[in-house]
Amino acid sequence: MPDTLDKKHTLNQEEILQPKMVTVEIEGKPFQVPAGITLIKALWYAGQDVIRGVGCLGGFCGACATYYRTKDDPKVKTCLACSMAVEDGMSFSFMPAFPARKATYNLLELKDPKQDLFALYPEAPLCRNCNACTEACPQNIDVREGVWKAVFGDFKTVSEMFMDCVMCGLCAPVCIADIAPNLVALYASRAQGVHFTEKPEGLSKRIEEISDGRFQQEWDRILKLSDEELQNTTASTT
Amino acid sequence: MELTEQRNLVHKTRDARRSISFPKLSPAERDSLIKKYHPDHRAHAYRPIIFGPNAGQLTVTEVATLLEGESPVPADLDLTPDYSVDVLVVGGGGAGCASALHAHAQGANVLLATKLRLGDSNSVMAQGGMQIAVASDDSPVQHFLDTLKGGHMKNDHQLLKVMVEEGPSIAKWLLELGVLFDRDADGNLHVKKGGGSSKARLLTCSDYTGLEIMRVLKDEVLNQKIPLLEFVAAVELLSDAKGACTGAVLKDLDNNRFIVVAAKTVIMATGGIGRLHIQGFPTSNHFGATGDALVLAYRLGVPLVQIDTFQYHPSGGVYPEQLVGALVTEGIRSEGGHLVNAKGERFVNELDTRDVVSSSIIRECEEGRGIRTPSGRVGVWLDTPLLDVEHGPGTLDKHFPAMVRQYERYQVDIRKDPVLIYPTLHYQNGGVKIDVNGETPVANLFVAGEASGGLHGRNRLMGNSLLDLMVFGKRTGILAAERAKSLPNSSLTLDHLKRFRAEAKRHQVSAGVISPMVLPAYTNK
Ligand SMILES: Cc1cc2nc3c(=O)[nH]c(=O)nc-3n(C[C@H](O)[C@H](O)[C@H](O)COP(=O)(O)OP(=O)(O)OC[C@H]3O[C@@H](n4cnc5c(N)ncnc54)[C@H](O)[C@@H]3O)c2cc1C
Ligand code: SF4
Ligand code: SF4
Ligand code: FES
Repeated sequence: MPDTLDKKHTLNQEEILQPKMVTVEIEGKPFQVPAGITLIKALWYAGQDVIRGVGCLGGFCGACATYYRTKDDPKVKTCLACSMAVEDGMSFSFMPAFPARKATYNLLELKDPKQDLFALYPEAPLCRNCNACTEACPQNIDVREGVWKAVFGDFKTVSEMFMDCVMCGLCAPVCIADIAPNLVALYASRAQGVHFTEKPEGLSKRIEEISDGRFQQEWDRILKLSDEELQNTTASTT
Repeated sequence: MELTEQRNLVHKTRDARRSISFPKLSPAERDSLIKKYHPDHRAHAYRPIIFGPNAGQLTVTEVATLLEGESPVPADLDLTPDYSVDVLVVGGGGAGCASALHAHAQGANVLLATKLRLGDSNSVMAQGGMQIAVASDDSPVQHFLDTLKGGHMKNDHQLLKVMVEEGPSIAKWLLELGVLFDRDADGNLHVKKGGGSSKARLLTCSDYTGLEIMRVLKDEVLNQKIPLLEFVAAVELLSDAKGACTGAVLKDLDNNRFIVVAAKTVIMATGGIGRLHIQGFPTSNHFGATGDALVLAYRLGVPLVQIDTFQYHPSGGVYPEQLVGALVTEGIRSEGGHLVNAKGERFVNELDTRDVVSSSIIRECEEGRGIRTPSGRVGVWLDTPLLDVEHGPGTLDKHFPAMVRQYERYQVDIRKDPVLIYPTLHYQNGGVKIDVNGETPVANLFVAGEASGGLHGRNRLMGNSLLDLMVFGKRTGILAAERAKSLPNSSLTLDHLKRFRAEAKRHQVSAGVISPMVLPAYTNK
C-alpha cells in the first residue's frame, strides 16, 4: 500500500523502524522471521512454497489447520495459520490432510433424519466424552457438546453451534472414537434446514408473483426509460 | 498523538455524532468525488492493451501484462485426452459448485477441477449476505434499479434483469439444500439493509453467509460424487478447427504435470483478481484470485468488458498488521457504524455506494485527516462500539461473531474499541463477456461468477455477487449440459494459441511473463 505509507507521521516506535526478529521452528527447523507476522507469512518469509495449507487467507476456509506450541509450554495447541501471529520460540507444523470418512446421503429422500444419523454415522453415539475435539477447535466451538446434541436429535442447536465451523478438520484426528464431529454437525445442520425449518411464505408468494407476471407492467415501463429517467425513478410496489 | 489518544477521540465524540445525519451524494457530486480520488481514475496506473480482442483499450498494467503473456503450454504438447467429459467446470467456488451441481442434475458427465481444495475461494468469505428481493415492500424491479444506480447505469440490462428475477427461485433452491438463512419471528426470510440499496434485501446466515452456502454446496458436490480434481489449475483452453472451445489443458500443482481434458462444453468459474495487487493495494481475496479466466478466454479470442474498473472495498483492515487487507464486513456500516476521521468527525454517508465511500476515505487520508498506524499505514476509524450503544449490549456478539473473533485473535476487542480501516482491492467489476446464458462469443465456452463481466456495471452493489454466482452458475450448468447432449466429439487443437503467439510476435510483445499467474509469488527466494 505505497500510497498510504507516510514515513514523516509514523509513530516513533522502535520495533517498527527496525522490525524485531523472532526465532520460530517450522516443521522442526529454526528460522528468523519478523515478529508479529502470520504463520503463513512466516513460511513465505522462510522461503517455503506453500500450496497445500493456504486457501482464503482470511480465516474462513480451514485450509491452514496448524498445530503449534509456544516457548517452554508442553501443550500443543491448534490454530488457523493465516489468522495467528508468530511469537518468539514458537514451533508449528501444518496438519496433514486427514482421511476422515464422509457419509454420502440424499437429504430429501431421508425419512427420519434423526434416526438416519445412526446409520450414516454409526460411530457418533460412541463418543467417550474425552473433550479432545473441543480443545482442538480453533473456532472455540463446544464440539463435544455438539456431538451429543446431534445424537439426541437437537439438530437446531447443532446448526447454531456450528455456524462458525470452518471445516478445518482439526477435531477429527484427535477423536478416540473415530468420529469426525464436523461432518456429523454438517449433516445435522443440513437436515435441520431441509426437514425441520418452516418454508418462508413470503418467498413462495414472491416466486408466484414473478411467474404470474405481476411485475411485467413495471418492467415494460422502466425498460423504456433513458439512463437519466432511470436514475430518478423508483419501482411501484403496489 | 498516540493511537490510544486518537482512539479516545472516537469514544468522546460518539454521542455527538449520533445526532448528525449525512445525506447521500447527488450523482454529480459522486462523479466528481470519484474522478478525483477513486483508484479507477489514476491515469498513471493504466495503459492500452497492445493486441487481442480488446486491443487499444485501457486497463491496469497488472492485467494488461498478463493478457499479453506467454502460455506455459508448449506448442507440441501431446493432446491425447486424459479425461473425456460432457462438461468441464473450472473453479470450486460458489459459481463452480453451482454450475457443477446443475449440470450433473441434467444428467451430464461433469468434471470439476479447482486450483486449491474444493471451496477454497472468495465465496467462502462472503460475510455481508446475498441480495434477493423477497420482502413484501420490495420488488425485483427495485432491485434492478438500485443495482443500476450503484453501477453508474453501465450494467448490461439483460443480464441484470435475469439475475434479479431469478433471485427468489435461487433462495428456494438453497433452502431446499439446507442453507440456514436468518429468519424473522414469523418464519419469513430476514432481510438486512445493504449499502446502495433502497430496501432491506440482504439474506444472511449470521455473518457467515458465504461459509454456510459453501459448506452446503461442497457437501452436495461430494454427495453427488461429481468427479473432482483438487490442486489442479486450468492453464490453457483447447479449440477445434472452427474455433469453438473443446476442452482445456490443466496443470497438476502437486507434480507439475499437464492434464488434457476433452470437454464438449467448458464453464470457467475461476473468480476474481485480488491477488494481482493492482496499484499495490492489499486485498481481501483468497490465495488463488489471479484472474486466470480473463487470460484463458482472451487467448481464445473472447473480448473482456469493463476491464478497467475494480472495486476497492471501503473497509479493509490496516491495523493490526496481520489484518492488513482483510475485509471488515460492511454489515457494521449497515447497522449504523460510523466512519470517523482523525478529527473525530464523520465525513460520508456510510451507506453510500462502495466507490463513493472508498473515495471519501482516500480523500480524508490524502488530505491529512487519516490516522497513522505504528507501521506507517493510514486509515480512518470504523466505530464498532457504537452498535452496542445503539442497539443494546451484545449486538456485536450476536450479529458479528466472525468479526469479533477475527480481532480477538490479535487482542483487539471491537466491542470496546473502534477499528482502523482503509480501502482494499476486493472485486473485479468487469470480466469476460457473456450472454444471458453465461455463454461467451466463443461457442461452448461459458463463464460464471466474478470472472464474467457486464452485470455489475462500474461498481457492484453489496450482496449482488453471491446472487450472480448462483443464478449464472445455474444457467451455465443447465445450458452447458443440454448443449453437450447434442454435440459430437470434436478435435482438440492449440490453433488459437498459434494465432495468439503469431500476433504477439507481430506486435513485438515479449513481456517474458507466463500467464495465467495461477498463484501469487509470495515466497522469499
Ligand atoms: C472477503 C470477501 C467478502 C465478500 N462478501 C460478499 C458478500 O457479503 N456478498 C456478496 O454478494 N459478495 C461478497 N463478496 C464477493 C463474492 O464473494 C465473490 O465475488 C464471489 O464469491 C466469487 O465467486 P466465484 O465462484 O466467481 O469465485 P471464487 O469463489 O473466488 O471461486 C473461484 C475458484 O476458482 C479457483 N480457480 C481460480 N483459478 C483457477 C484455475 N486457473 N484453475 C482451476 N481453478 C481455479 C479458485 O481457487 C476458487 O476455488 C466477498 C468477497 C470477498 C473476497
Ligand atoms: S468443529 Fe472441527 S472442523 Fe469445525 S472449526 Fe472446530 S475443529 Fe474445525
Ligand atoms: S474427541 Fe471424540 S470421543 Fe472425545 S469428546 Fe470429541 S467426539 Fe467424543
Ligand atoms: S487460509 Fe483459509 S482459514 Fe486460513
